[in-house]
Amino acid sequence: MSTGRKYLLRDVAPYGGDRTTVLLADGVVAAIGPEVSDDDATVIDGRGLVLLPGLVDLHTHLREPGREDAETIRTGTRAAALGGFTAVHAMANTTPTQDTAGVVEQVWRLGRDAGWVDVHPVGAVTVGLEGERLAELGAMAESRAQVRVFSDDGKCVHDPVLMRRALEYVKAFDGVVAQHAQEPRLTENAQMHEGVVSAELGLAGWPAVAEEAIIARDVLLAEHVGSRLHVCHLSTAGSVEIIRWAKSRGIDVTAEVTPHHLILTDELARGYDPTFKVNPPLRTQRDVEAVRAGLADGTIDIVATDHAPHTREDKDCEWAAAAFGMTGLETALSVVQETMVDTGRMTWTDVARVLSEAPARIGRVSDHGRPIAVGEPANLVLVDPAARRVINPEEQATKSGNSPFRGRDLSGCIVATFLRGRATVLDGTSCDEDVVVRW
Amino acid sequence: MKHLLSTGSLSHKQAVRILDTAGQMAATQAREIKKLPTLRGRTVVNLFFEDSTRTRISFETAAKRLSADVINFSAKGSSVSKGESLKDTALTLQAMGADAVVIRHHASGAPHTLAHSGWTHGAVINAGDGTHQHPTQALLDAFTLRRHLSGPGDVTGRDLAGLRVAIVGDVLHSRVARSNVQLLHTLGADVTLVAPPTLLPVGVDAWPAAVSYHLDEVIDTKPDAIMMLRVQRERMSSAGGGFFPSPLEYTRGYGLDARRLAAMPEHAIVLHPGPMNRGLEISADAADSPRAVIVEQVANGVAVRMAVLYLLLAGSEGTQDETRHDQTNDQPNDQTTKNETKVDA
Repeated sequence: MSTGRKYLLRDVAPYGGDRTTVLLADGVVAAIGPEVSDDDATVIDGRGLVLLPGLVDLHTHLREPGREDAETIRTGTRAAALGGFTAVHAMANTTPTQDTAGVVEQVWRLGRDAGWVDVHPVGAVTVGLEGERLAELGAMAESRAQVRVFSDDGKCVHDPVLMRRALEYVKAFDGVVAQHAQEPRLTENAQMHEGVVSAELGLAGWPAVAEEAIIARDVLLAEHVGSRLHVCHLSTAGSVEIIRWAKSRGIDVTAEVTPHHLILTDELARGYDPTFKVNPPLRTQRDVEAVRAGLADGTIDIVATDHAPHTREDKDCEWAAAAFGMTGLETALSVVQETMVDTGRMTWTDVARVLSEAPARIGRVSDHGRPIAVGEPANLVLVDPAARRVINPEEQATKSGNSPFRGRDLSGCIVATFLRGRATVLDGTSCDEDVVVRW
Repeated sequence: MKHLLSTGSLSHKQAVRILDTAGQMAATQAREIKKLPTLRGRTVVNLFFEDSTRTRISFETAAKRLSADVINFSAKGSSVSKGESLKDTALTLQAMGADAVVIRHHASGAPHTLAHSGWTHGAVINAGDGTHQHPTQALLDAFTLRRHLSGPGDVTGRDLAGLRVAIVGDVLHSRVARSNVQLLHTLGADVTLVAPPTLLPVGVDAWPAAVSYHLDEVIDTKPDAIMMLRVQRERMSSAGGGFFPSPLEYTRGYGLDARRLAAMPEHAIVLHPGPMNRGLEISADAADSPRAVIVEQVANGVAVRMAVLYLLLAGSEGTQDETRHDQTNDQPNDQTTKNETKVDA
């Protein structure tokens, strides 16, 4: 199961707290304590480093099968490991769509073969993401991929009857519908957030209400049928208010925000650089403040990357012709640190919650997002919060260059990532020699 | 100023300079021999991804009157309709040695992308992009307004301070409106936008303009000029059942007819960027009245585009050397002949 190699993480700070030493052996956390030592173990000097449970992304686009020119499962999961992740959920909008047991099993198996992180395929809610009839959700749930998260992400399940049926149906296998909240009629040909900037730039607006109206409808549907709902990448102040209200009513809803919606605004569209074209669009500073507050007070449960790699030709063009999306796996933790930890709004324990424990719980991934305790699976990440780095997409592991943080100086570096006790990243570098199938 | 992408980036000084230069160009166009040798040997490409015979011909005429070589590249029937990207088209034109690219594109921001991408080294002139900007239209409108409304005598060096202009119609989809709001504001005019609420963008309150839903109330305030925007008939059938209930209701609320024209002050003029929908946003009575300067706008368009091409392409004699140019253009009126000679040279 593991390589047999042992690691002694000396003087690390679990959750940013008191320093201690952690021994990883046989795929688990074997011992914790200031006096722990092991002569056979590879020693990592952990002074100044924070130890967290391995990050879990509930929202990744790995693009395979279908768009291997933008990303493959191998390149995307290697990027994930370098970003501190040990598990990712691969979104369903591939070609062919992940809407059958066969396709989700293929994605799951390719992830396992790559070996960088655990890949949990997301199943499509509807056949071909067309929003017309339910995909075989039960078959995907029972497949070897054990799908628990279902989403038509990229498209909204906008038909209220179909959404109701999906919410009800997934209860049979403890699944969750992850909704991409976008009222389609209100966003026909939409290019960016509708507001002062879109009015000036002459780009068709994507109004906040198109997101909020669907979220409001869906939380009421979830309440009515007693189902679990997850809201993908919410981006507006109004959405935060609706989720806050729904939770106060006891509705079983969880919500995510992306790193880019925590830090970037629609002002960036002014240069018509399609790197900043994303769906949902970058909003205003007021919305950024609201999602930060929502994340800090627990209204928003998790941060998920919505890592969306695109080829150069899909971004090297006029704004309207460009694809929506930006990469994020290798910058997510830095953005969360910079916006939430460095500003004093969250602790590292909170970071573990929003980037590991809660996403694992929502996705029903049992062996990730676990406490750092003896006997737990050694899915861990070691972070140097004092380091700074300038982002250069050409140096990233993702196959695509559409990072919105090009040239930007960000806080924090991933020093090491461990998947079941095996290092996928050491000294900030991926362990390319070691990561091969070990099963 | 290397490119002309938006009126929002023009300073008051730059805008007045363009209008003054256009005045000199217009003077040369009254001569029997209209052609100037200024841009001899330079190549201007008209890159039109959207049909617009009027604007293309206006730019073509302007470039030819300055003796530039003109290449017309229309997306229709070209490789663009076969899927060639803006990038490859631009690289091709660059390889052929374009000194200036006049671009019209259906995507807002396409000229900006072209100018900043490194795909072309020439000057980029925005001839209308999506629902964003159409700067030469606003400049020719300002030129026309200045000529008629800035008082008697030579208008050189003047701006539009204190003039009150109403812009009426489909502001939401109008690049003409966006360009005019910014330019007329820069030149000191007070702009009021008049439209049904469905044809105003969310965010319009941040613009340097007043907004009204009622044309008659605005006419009662005695504006100096009224600019009617084209209302595309397909707006009636688009998403959400259309932006207004019927053409007749639109015309009743926002059309300029003889009655409304009569309520305007004596000196007020009527502008329209064309092509007009007679009977929809403007009646024949209004369009053909002596107060309508619509045909003159077309003539002024050539002078303004000559000025823009001249200022962008004529190197150190253009705007690149600010001081030298100021010395040239800020000279009093009796020096005009000398200036013209300079243009000729």
